[in-house]
Amino acid sequence: MKLLTHNFLSSHVKGVGPRGFPLRLQASEVRIMPVEFNPDFVARMIPKVEWAALVEAANTLSLGEVPTEPIQGYEQNEDFLRTMHHILLEVEVMEGTLQCPESGRVFPITRGIPNMLLSDEQTEA
Amino acid sequence: MERSIFELWGHGKSPEELYSSLKNYPVEKMVPFLHSGSTYKIKIHTFNKTLTQEEKVKRIDALEFLPFEGKVNLKNPQHIFSVLEDYGLDPNCIPENPHNIYFGRWIADGQRELIESYSVKKRHFIGNTSMDAGLSFIMANHGKVKENDIVFDPFVGTGGLLVASAHFGAYVCGTDIDYNTVHGLGKASRKNQKWRGPDENIRANLRQYGLEKYYLDVLVSDASKPSWRKGTYFDAIITDPPYGIRESTRRTGSQKETPKGIEKCPESHVPVSLSYHLSDMFFDLLNFAAETLILGGRLVYWLPVYTPEYTEDMVPWHPCLKLISNCEQKLSSHTSRRLITMEKVKKFENRDQYSHLLSGQCLPYQGHNSFRERYFSGLTKRIAKEEKSVQE
Repeated sequence: MKLLTHNFLSSHVKGVGPRGFPLRLQASEVRIMPVEFNPDFVARMIPKVEWAALVEAANTLSLGEVPTEPIQGYEQNEDFLRTMHHILLEVEVMEGTLQCPESGRVFPITRGIPNMLLSDEQTEA
Repeated sequence: MERSIFELWGHGKSPEELYSSLKNYPVEKMVPFLHSGSTYKIKIHTFNKTLTQEEKVKRIDALEFLPFEGKVNLKNPQHIFSVLEDYGLDPNCIPENPHNIYFGRWIADGQRELIESYSVKKRHFIGNTSMDAGLSFIMANHGKVKENDIVFDPFVGTGGLLVASAHFGAYVCGTDIDYNTVHGLGKASRKNQKWRGPDENIRANLRQYGLEKYYLDVLVSDASKPSWRKGTYFDAIITDPPYGIRESTRRTGSQKETPKGIEKCPESHVPVSLSYHLSDMFFDLLNFAAETLILGGRLVYWLPVYTPEYTEDMVPWHPCLKLISNCEQKLSSHTSRRLITMEKVKKFENRDQYSHLLSGQCLPYQGHNSFRERYFSGLTKRIAKEEKSVQE
């Protein structure tokens, strides 16, 4: 699971609503998968990112210096875009868990794939 | 459906208009294909009219003003340019002059070449319902998929639709309720093969075509219970939902339901067998699309219909989505599926607001809940008849 995806995921446990974001990340196996740098795509993603959640996840994975917010004129700033490219697209959690911050329900990540299934009673009406 | 793809260099309603349009096309864009080391030829295509060889040559000569510096090679040129003349659609009324003339550089015989190289036969990872390669490209086309888009498939299966979108430069992600399929485990769909090998998963399919860089993520998830935070992320949602025939229509259910068949889902003991009414599924899909698509984004999906009962107002609708197209593909004598394309034209306000859409008046598709029964109706009637005669 990439951090870009993690940034969009939220718990859909019943009654939790917006408090289900962000999912608390815990990783037992992480790998770095190089991906061709595409500045246009990264620049497009920047406005969609919930920054605090991203910083928190990146810190959990000890990714080092993470910009605390998008810098001014980021669209032209290659260094910034390359850093964000790495954080959002090249770091993959292979084994770990995502935990709903409100209900505590845990969603496992296996072979890089999160499993978000819940039974009927547990999900939002 | 296009047969060929051209890079358009000029267009006009008359030859003069075409030539001035060509003179306005940036020279730097032409030069790579016209330089002295290259070879080329020019073809004339006319739609709804036949020209003599002399007429064709005249048209080619008229293009002399273009900076062609390469050598003409009629057999095997590096670059092919085409003049396309449109004489309308009525073979009984062919105009003297064309309605439109286009000049462009030929890129590919669109469907055929793509279909060949992306053929499901050659693909590493397939399932029982893997989309025919040609159709997956049509769907990506309908979704206006382009570079740097994010495309999502909520019923991703083996990822065929993602491959097509990635081909157009979109970054792709998907979900599926079936753990085994998403992970690439379990029984193989290929004849003569028992179990799926380690290289058979969605990511491997993208890798096979050199498109791995476009892979974002796939998740095991129930499309009726999406786990995305509030917001608009997707430029296109392109999907082939289950019709309940070859792969069954499911969603997660309560603990009381006992699951049928093997569900190799070790860490999540969630029974997955509650039958999911088709109408609910399309309502969920449209609502999900309305919420997560960017404004102007597209939803492209297949809608199974029982042809004798089909009417246009059965196509599910949503106040935020505008119907762009609706094309039929026959499946059997009494069933077909329709390729529906919708575009988000209105901002999504809040989830509860649209629950009334599930009512019978708003969703005539309700009647199609028994699509599975109707699909098999010919077959089951025959079996019932045979059983009866055996008993007698």
